[in-house]
Amino acid sequence: MAKSKATRKSGETMKMTSSRETVVQGMDDEELQRALADDIISASEDEGGSDDERKHCKLLEAISSLGGKKRKKLTERSEASIQVSEFTVNAEGEGDKINLSDLIGTLDKTPSALIKTKKQLKNLQHNQSTLETPLTRKETEKIQREVAFEKTSKEVSRWQSVVLQNQKAEQLVFPLNQEPSGPKRIEQVVAGWKAQTPLEQEIFSLLRMNKQPLHDPVLTPTEEASLRAMSLEEAKIRRAELQKTRVLQSYYEAKAKRERKIKSKKYHRVQKKVMRKEYLKQFDEMVKTDPAAALEELKKMELSRMKERMSLKHQNSGKWAKSKAIMAKYDDGARKAMQIQLEVNKDLTQKLVIPADEDEEDEEESAETLPDFVNDVEPILDQVNPWMRGKLSTEPMMQEESNRLDPPVWPREVGKPGEGWDDQEEDEEQMEETEEESLLRGFEERRKLRQTEDVEVAPMSMEENDDEKKAEILDISDDDEEAVEISDDEEAVEISDDEEAGLSNFTSLFHGLVKNHMEPPADQPKASPGAGQEESPALLEEGLVRVRTLEDVELLSQDISASDTALLTTQTPGTEETDTQSATQQADKKRKRKKMIDPNEVLTKEAKVIEMPLAPTAIEDVEDKEEQRIIIKEAFAGDDVISDFLKDKRKQEEAGRPKVIDLTLPGWGEWGGLGLQPSRSKRKRFRVKVAPPPPRQDQKLPNIIIAEKRDSSIAAHQVCQLPFPFENPTQFERTIRSPVGHTWNTQNTVQKITAPKVVTQLGAIIEPIAREDLIKNNRQAVTRPSINLESDQGPQKKRCSQQKKKHKRKRN
Amino acid sequence: MKVKVLSRNPDDYVRETKLDIQRVPRNYDPSLHPFEVPREYTRALNATKLERVFAKPFLTSLDGHRDGVNCMAKHPKSLSTMLSGSCDGELKVWNLTKRECVRTLQAHEGFVRGVVVRFCGTSFFTVGDDKTIKQWKMETPSYGEEEEPLNTILGKSVFTSIDHHQKEGVFVTCGQQVDIWDEQRSNPIRSFSWGVDSFNCVRFNPVETELLASCASDRSIVLYDMREATPLKKVIMNMRSNTLCWNPMEAYNFTCSNEDYNLYTFDMRYLDKPVTVHMDHVSAVLDVDYSPTGKEFVSASFDKTIRIFPKDSGHSREVYHTKRMQHVISIKWSSDSKYILSASDEMNIRLWKANAAEKLGLLTPREKAAVNYSQKLKEKFQHHPQIRRISRHRHLPKSIYSQSKELRVMNEARRRKERNVRKHSKPGSMPVVTEKEKHVVTVVK
Repeated sequence: MAKSKATRKSGETMKMTSSRETVVQGMDDEELQRALADDIISASEDEGGSDDERKHCKLLEAISSLGGKKRKKLTERSEASIQVSEFTVNAEGEGDKINLSDLIGTLDKTPSALIKTKKQLKNLQHNQSTLETPLTRKETEKIQREVAFEKTSKEVSRWQSVVLQNQKAEQLVFPLNQEPSGPKRIEQVVAGWKAQTPLEQEIFSLLRMNKQPLHDPVLTPTEEASLRAMSLEEAKIRRAELQKTRVLQSYYEAKAKRERKIKSKKYHRVQKKVMRKEYLKQFDEMVKTDPAAALEELKKMELSRMKERMSLKHQNSGKWAKSKAIMAKYDDGARKAMQIQLEVNKDLTQKLVIPADEDEEDEEESAETLPDFVNDVEPILDQVNPWMRGKLSTEPMMQEESNRLDPPVWPREVGKPGEGWDDQEEDEEQMEETEEESLLRGFEERRKLRQTEDVEVAPMSMEENDDEKKAEILDISDDDEEAVEISDDEEAVEISDDEEAGLSNFTSLFHGLVKNHMEPPADQPKASPGAGQEESPALLEEGLVRVRTLEDVELLSQDISASDTALLTTQTPGTEETDTQSATQQADKKRKRKKMIDPNEVLTKEAKVIEMPLAPTAIEDVEDKEEQRIIIKEAFAGDDVISDFLKDKRKQEEAGRPKVIDLTLPGWGEWGGLGLQPSRSKRKRFRVKVAPPPPRQDQKLPNIIIAEKRDSSIAAHQVCQLPFPFENPTQFERTIRSPVGHTWNTQNTVQKITAPKVVTQLGAIIEPIAREDLIKNNRQAVTRPSINLESDQGPQKKRCSQQKKKHKRKRN
Repeated sequence: MKVKVLSRNPDDYVRETKLDIQRVPRNYDPSLHPFEVPREYTRALNATKLERVFAKPFLTSLDGHRDGVNCMAKHPKSLSTMLSGSCDGELKVWNLTKRECVRTLQAHEGFVRGVVVRFCGTSFFTVGDDKTIKQWKMETPSYGEEEEPLNTILGKSVFTSIDHHQKEGVFVTCGQQVDIWDEQRSNPIRSFSWGVDSFNCVRFNPVETELLASCASDRSIVLYDMREATPLKKVIMNMRSNTLCWNPMEAYNFTCSNEDYNLYTFDMRYLDKPVTVHMDHVSAVLDVDYSPTGKEFVSASFDKTIRIFPKDSGHSREVYHTKRMQHVISIKWSSDSKYILSASDEMNIRLWKANAAEKLGLLTPREKAAVNYSQKLKEKFQHHPQIRRISRHRHLPKSIYSQSKELRVMNEARRRKERNVRKHSKPGSMPVVTEKEKHVVTVVK
């Protein structure tokens, strides 16, 4: 096709050129150029073929003939040479030098571009510099090497992500490319199996009819279709969405329920007003957007107004209103109720007016809620023996105590969530602040407050209640003795609770002591950075001792404890000084801040009275209980924990106080002997008084003994320097504090926590990671994540992700 | 008065059959289980002690060679098969489960320098001091059949090492130059040489299978690509590297064992500085092999010890030695990552456990859980001095102990001197050279 076209075209040009030759002798340059361009096109179009070549030659001749008189006949090839060659090649223009520009002399008539090239050629000829010699073999090789290295390193760098992934993986299971467990296809297991017996055939026909899977026992076509329709990922997202909506729904339902249950009329009134305002706003908008609907709404409103005016339901004409009217003389409440009624009437009959009336909320609400104490263990009532008043858990008490000790703390804490809520509300509603809204918010806040400070408020209210109750009892009951008895009982409870609080102080204190022993102080690592540097980074401590039995191991550990104590004794003096100094400084500051606390004051302080309705969880045999109580009472008869503790503390203080050193030597300068004392003046002179040590850290803490000497037996077990990956001591302590074992965690958690990082299988050959893995990994990353069918493989078997994906691929 | 009675669903506490384990309802209230940290600490301490007591890594020694064992090879398909070549040219095939030699053949005259099993496991190649490469069948010849190599290639010079491609019928040898051979041809398909005339080790990369690395006697490590006409890059170190091993899980990392008692892990893309310097040996390191998991490697040294290093740690986690083990020449980590094989001068091959205290064999699920738990505890409390002391204590023969001490003193002195010089010279004139930078002389492009 192309060929024929080319021939046709060349024919045309031929014609053209011939016509030109005959008709117009002197031709324009422009036309010539066009002709040339035509030729070039045609030349490019024809591809190969001897026929074409011939034609091409013709064409060239035709072009050269265009030049007219300047045409040269070159029958022979001539070359510059001195000798006459044997092949009859002669050198015609031997003598004269050929200029480069002569070579393009034939193109003289062409435009200025050619002249330019001529000039350039001349310049080139004048230029004396020679071409560079090609690089040496060594250098070329170097370049080759560099290029090759670049290429390979780029290629190898593809593995970076995989390597990092494996490094970060929680668990690696080797060998990497394990066959997926689970059911296999029939064809995989048995080759060339066919249903032969009639029963089998029948079963298979049935299966086929019901579109049950014949080969793949995992999925039916419908299941597969559904899988194709929605990937697991999508399904998960969808489910999450559904869950969220459900949760939200239930939340709103609960909220609505809660709001419905609120008895405060004020609250509802305000709520209603807000609703109404909202409604008005909507209405305003509706007037703008949808006037017809607005008109309807307006009609509805009108209707309700008409109804009200007709029935006068709220105009104090009903039965209830009349009765209230009678009461109104004596009762403020009734009067108020009537007024409210009237207001409603006003609202309904007149145009909407936003009234501004804000009263304080009635306090009854907060009093109504029961404190959490109700569900606590029933305390044993024994005032004498402190052991009997012990509680297993002291946390709530401690909390309460801390609250009591520093009152400015809790309101701030409580205030925070409220503020957060504020912000949210503002964002959501974007309405201008009105009084009602703020009131509403107040309600919410107060409710939240109530939840958090249950512990705080409840006892108070109970107290109030009790007072009221007492008053009632005194008023109503005739026999005073009973009332007195009851109140006595209550007092007893009060006392016991008071002591309980004190005791909880002590339990917390002992907890603290234990913790002090167990955990190294947080600032310790900072105190001794020098020690850390000295420690060698060697992983192994190689020695000449061979450890064969447990006894040897014990010896090892003793060894280290000894060395550790030695280290400690050398270290301590310097650090101790600074410690004590800082301690004194701190103590001074504290003194400025608050006045001293007398230990006795604190110990005998009156705890808040906690009284509550006690719901008995179980009724035991009263006698049994009594008996047990007596036994325990006898067992711990003489125990007075508080005074014991005080004594202990005093003893410690005594021990810490420096003793006066008496250096008097009897018999020097006077008579000595049995029954003779050195003189007073001498004793005075030789008695050395040591400067008092810095005040103890627990001086102002009545219920704490701080051991200021470091216990070496414990120090041997303590970490004296922050280990590498941790950034601060609290981080490290947190990891240590969280237990791992099944005593503290559920089975699954333990399995998860204790899963080893690398799992290998005995007897399974682990192949090096294959290049296919990488390719697959990359491809997987590009395509969208497919379905994971491996959830049945056990939750704790996390394989590295790339390989997981591989399995997916296989299944699909 | 309403009486509240405890009521429980029997399903919660009654077992279905009497073979089941009794169900124990647990209360996870932390107040019922106080002192969790001290209790776990004690458990961790006990676990560490037991670990040390049960740490018995030596399993068996395979004797039968009549000269020092010079090289070993793993079988890629069978865990129980292992090959070893000795200095008298004898080659033995071992069955590790039976702990016996199943086949002996006189492979070469003089040393067997290298042995490698083809990737399919049907044949193996040996190179020796007699300038030949021989290919042998893996099967033992039947009765009456003569022990003959499948193929013999006569080379021009001595071959010092051989390695086989992971997937193709291509192998590489080194000697005066690095040659890549096609199994079907008697001439190398490609030869690399770069100004050196003796190489002592060449290894294929098991991941990027076309890459190679070799150690040369001019203290250099050279990288090659089988597809390229020229080598890629060369790094020259302070002292000669004896062998190298690629990480089977990380394509670009390899570790070389050096004459200067250290091992160096390199990233092949950045050769100017090793990633990690592994120290602890007190004499030249002769061989190194990676665990198939790529997390650890084992090294054999002239100081008669074997050490196991985590791949990114500067110091070893374990040292193995016995009284009778002499200079360890060759080392291999079994391909299920559970065992280590060492071949030494005194004609023995020894089988070790990779984890000294690990219980081998099947474990019941409860045992497994207990092991995992104690492992986790040890890890959690590893920084506590007592536990650290016990878990890190290793017995060393006196000679090695004193030698390492001496080395430490020398190093300390050197460091001190350097510090002093720096102190007394113009600031900036004595730049701080890190340990990693110290050992690399130059990178040749």
